[in-house]
Amino acid sequence: MAETNKSDGTSAPGTETARQTDPPAIKMTGITKSFGGVLALENVDLEVQHGQIHALLGGNGAGKSTLLKILRGIYSPDQGSIEVNGKPMLVHSSEASRRAGIAMIFQEMSLIPSLTAAQNIFLNREPKDTFGLIKDRFCLEEAGRLFEEFNVDIDPTKLISQLGTGQCQLIEIIKALSQRSDILILDEPTSALSDAEVDLLFDMLHRLKESGVAIVYVSHRMDEILRIADHATILRDGRLVLSAPIGNMSVESIVGHVVGKAGSNLSAPETVDETMLGDTLLELVDASGQHTPHNVSLTVRRGEVVGIAGLLGSGRSSLARMLYGVNPVRSGDIRIKGRSVKLSSPEQALKCGIALIPEDRLRQGLVVQHSVARNICLSVLDKVSHWTWVSSKKVAKLVDEQIAFLHVKTDSPETKAKQLSGGNQQKVVLAKGLATLPEILILDEPTAGIDIGSKTEVIGVIRQMAAQNKAVILISSETAELIAGSDRIVLMADGRIKRELSHEDLFPEQSNVASSFQEAQRRLQVAIQEVNANV
Amino acid sequence: MSNVTLSKSQNSVSPLAFVRESWRQAVIYLGFAVLFIIFSITLRDQGFLDINNLLNIVRQTAIIAIMAVAMTFVLAAGEIDLSVGSLAGLSSVVTAMVLHDYGLVAGIFAGLCIGSLAGVVNGFLTTKIGIPSFLVTLAAMGICTGTSMWISHTAAIPILNQTYAFLFGGGDIGPFPILLFWMAIIGVAGHVALKHNTFGRRVLATGGNETAAQYSGINTKVIKARVMLMSSMAAGLAGMLYAGRLQSGRFQFGEGDEMSVIAAAVLGGTGLAGGHGTVVGSIIGAIMIGMINNGLTLHGLEYSQQLVARGAIIVLAVALSKKD
Repeated sequence: MAETNKSDGTSAPGTETARQTDPPAIKMTGITKSFGGVLALENVDLEVQHGQIHALLGGNGAGKSTLLKILRGIYSPDQGSIEVNGKPMLVHSSEASRRAGIAMIFQEMSLIPSLTAAQNIFLNREPKDTFGLIKDRFCLEEAGRLFEEFNVDIDPTKLISQLGTGQCQLIEIIKALSQRSDILILDEPTSALSDAEVDLLFDMLHRLKESGVAIVYVSHRMDEILRIADHATILRDGRLVLSAPIGNMSVESIVGHVVGKAGSNLSAPETVDETMLGDTLLELVDASGQHTPHNVSLTVRRGEVVGIAGLLGSGRSSLARMLYGVNPVRSGDIRIKGRSVKLSSPEQALKCGIALIPEDRLRQGLVVQHSVARNICLSVLDKVSHWTWVSSKKVAKLVDEQIAFLHVKTDSPETKAKQLSGGNQQKVVLAKGLATLPEILILDEPTAGIDIGSKTEVIGVIRQMAAQNKAVILISSETAELIAGSDRIVLMADGRIKRELSHEDLFPEQSNVASSFQEAQRRLQVAIQEVNANV
Repeated sequence: MSNVTLSKSQNSVSPLAFVRESWRQAVIYLGFAVLFIIFSITLRDQGFLDINNLLNIVRQTAIIAIMAVAMTFVLAAGEIDLSVGSLAGLSSVVTAMVLHDYGLVAGIFAGLCIGSLAGVVNGFLTTKIGIPSFLVTLAAMGICTGTSMWISHTAAIPILNQTYAFLFGGGDIGPFPILLFWMAIIGVAGHVALKHNTFGRRVLATGGNETAAQYSGINTKVIKARVMLMSSMAAGLAGMLYAGRLQSGRFQFGEGDEMSVIAAAVLGGTGLAGGHGTVVGSIIGAIMIGMINNGLTLHGLEYSQQLVARGAIIVLAVALSKKD
């Protein structure tokens, strides 16, 4: 990994001031990209000027990340051209994009926890003395100078593992800038930051902007976008919807563009009559976890699907993990069928009839190198065995049932899970959960990264569970899915439940036509933004 | 299986991948067969195929094979146990001493106890305290060897009890050495436990993806503690078998066995990363190492040359099984 700047590597980007006559920092024209016949991007333009904070907006699957990956050289476009600082980019590789001065700050950290801040900044391009030894003191001084320059109060001798998430994010940005990147891409940078850290980050972004750095900013938090961005490009279903200065936009108008008017194949569930629901199955009374959530009170009745909406870091997943016994309960009470239960491990949660479909199917859901059949029966090994002897007959019966019920597309039950597509892997995780015959089913982002057909099927399964008198909690970032799947939706922000939306709140005029579904989506989006802004 | 929806287009395993997958599993058996044939031809005048020579190979490798069976579980769960060799030495010493002072039953009991005790401690330190098993068992290795040297004053402790010597390794039933039966019993039990038992499934899941195993309701700490216990108990038994076969307890018994045991398991297709493992492969791996030793000795190689050749053959075999 040869860096282009051997000499000092630390010259601040501020030396190049923005000149209006300069060519745009990024000019992507007519970008089209398809994956296996599915169009991910169609004729999309993106133009970012130096000294501009450019918000890239869109729902999940709108094509934002594909566009950024093309810019980062990870994918090459099928059609279209990219110019960086007026120079066309002909080779599409990470290396070429880095050399052109593009840096992306990842959500997941790329810093090494066991090294100091200074060591991380100079990682793999350490200045060396005549004997080939690393000039540690020089690194420290340079890092200190950089931190001072950006007004960041971090001790460069501190280990990354001793620093907070926010500080690490700032270090990553400084690291990128010290490599002479003058185009920064930030993908949801604030999801793990505290308010003070967000202020610090925004301060820094403002300063960078003034010094002529071009910034592409991806976020779902509209209040932040309005606060910091100059210009917005909105994508929907792989197409450019709008590219305009942010000056006179409001949360409502942005959300309107993000959601759009196009028809969706999802539709709202039948209005539920209170009387159709069964007894209260799950009850949280003022329950708090170790960090989040805080003081959550929630009841879920038999036959009911409760949706949980909220942005990244709102405490949705922590709540799910707490209910599943992964995270401990610090205070408050969890009751099932009116009886207080102690959930200290997934094992116990499963015994209490709770199943969780976790958010990260590869890390938490599957043993990918094992077969589909092995994965499906992992939680119910005792049920498919006689005296601990696993009965292949019982396994085959259970697995065939689940594969048929969920339409898992696999060559055979013996196929390894890693060979399935994302949607089918998700169905295997779902099958594993359903095999435990749960009374309470919790799904955390069950449709993340899966194709639209599988999505609809997953929603169908959720409704079916409700029809079988189970209690379901559905956590999702997708408003369409929440509305289609849930009977009512609670909104979380900052680890707390902030508001609740009933079916009537979303569909006030009692008509279930497609346009009102879009309207409901818009309402939900706006509500999510509101509770987030009022933290 | 009529309900399984087939989709050849996207998710099908290519024939090549299938061949690759089975090649990896088959290479150890192929390698075993090839080596056997080579030795049979080149050593036909030295009596390689002589039934006594073949039974000798079994005698020399059964103890390693028994420890390799347990090691398969340890590796499959994503852990490692370096203490097996020195624990076997300690177990031989303790068994011989107690046998000498308190008789047969007490001796057997003491041997079983020392293995279990070490296993409980290893498991506790690995799962409850959270020290990596590599370090725990590295420390245990020194402690076991030191203890056995200490209590035996580095001297061999003779075993005069013929019943013990017969049962634990020295005897023959008909033409077959009793060690063959020990190996067969442990091997079958291990194979069934790993392949057909809920415990084995949980071990493999724990090693394959610990987080996913936890989310599936598996208490992965208990699983890991149990495999550490199994391994130590197997090492304890191995020490008792050494003591029976050589009619004494000595701290040197089992010295360096941990490497042979791990090599046998890895040669048999059990990865160090966890999630995979076959007991049959580990036994074949152990026998293969024994066969290589035997063949090279018959070829007249010196011990020093044998070490080099053995190392090269093992690396070659594992490299071939990795090839894709």
